[in-house]
Amino acid sequence: MDQAALKKLPRGWKSIPSDLGSDQTAFKGVNWGKGMMWIFLLSDTFIFSCFLLSYMTGRGSTVQPWPNPSEVFALDAFGVPVPLLLIAIMTFVLITSSGTMAMAVKYGYEKNKKLCGIFLLLTALGGLTFVGMQAFEWSKLIHEGVRPWENPFGAPQFGSFFFMITGFHGTHVSIGVIFLFIFTRKVFRGDFDSGRKGYFTSMKSNYVAIEILGLYWHFVDLVWVFIFAFFYLW
Amino acid sequence: MAENIKKEQATTHKLGIYLWIWGLLFVLSFFSYMVDWLQFQGLLRWTLILIFMFLKAGLIMAFFMHLFWERYTLVNVLLWPMTAIATFVGLMVAESKYTVFTRFFYFVLGS
Repeated sequence: MDQAALKKLPRGWKSIPSDLGSDQTAFKGVNWGKGMMWIFLLSDTFIFSCFLLSYMTGRGSTVQPWPNPSEVFALDAFGVPVPLLLIAIMTFVLITSSGTMAMAVKYGYEKNKKLCGIFLLLTALGGLTFVGMQAFEWSKLIHEGVRPWENPFGAPQFGSFFFMITGFHGTHVSIGVIFLFIFTRKVFRGDFDSGRKGYFTSMKSNYVAIEILGLYWHFVDLVWVFIFAFFYLW
Repeated sequence: MAENIKKEQATTHKLGIYLWIWGLLFVLSFFSYMVDWLQFQGLLRWTLILIFMFLKAGLIMAFFMHLFWERYTLVNVLLWPMTAIATFVGLMVAESKYTVFTRFFYFVLGS
């Protein structure tokens, strides 16, 4: 559906019954891949919500004191322990990579191959930095004796929730980084201008693919916002 | 030419919007870090954490993920299930309070 036809449709709340009426496309003006990515992200939200739910329930119902995240995740900077230092840096790195991703999507739609590729590459490097810092954090905590079944700081559930939630999020980031590098190569090679067929899909693609990848990447950032609030700050 | 520019604007947005949102996200993250730094406790801490969290999530979804510019059908299909989940989480937090009460009552005080 082109922009002119979209503009003629009803807007606001009235658009819902008119869009969802029988025998028509529900999500108008939304590329099918983008629609499917949104539905995947919604289902992924359900998975992360299950983790959040079990974490809140587990933390709320244990009779032992919960480890103080402010102290557990403190890092020594010049001999002074700074609370949540690494986590704060990770948050800023991930937000920055989300910003560069938004730029990549914008320049992709403007068919600016060079800037789109550069911003995709920056996003990938940001993600890689994030995963690196998470690996450092994991190894530090494992070294201090945190296990899924016990830890020296307090309630034993802490370890299992920590490794499950940050591990699952880290996996998402790692998969995102892999795809960011693949798509950086595709952009620089000009796949989305020449209509070169994809290796796996055997289909032509265009710069909408960057927005779809962007949705996934922003979702990863979104999940981190919730993890930062509920796990590290709560 | 004017027609072309209009078409472009339908799918791309001004650079300034993204920079603004980026800046706001930085500021909000800084504020939520400050909540821990200043060691706010109790209800004040949880309220501030939740406010900054929802503001950040809203900004990311509305502008970075373009939901602000999408049609209402897609927005509603996404937001209502998420509201339902948030309610479920709230219910289970209340449930956990009851669980910890019974555990203290029967296992800690009663033993």
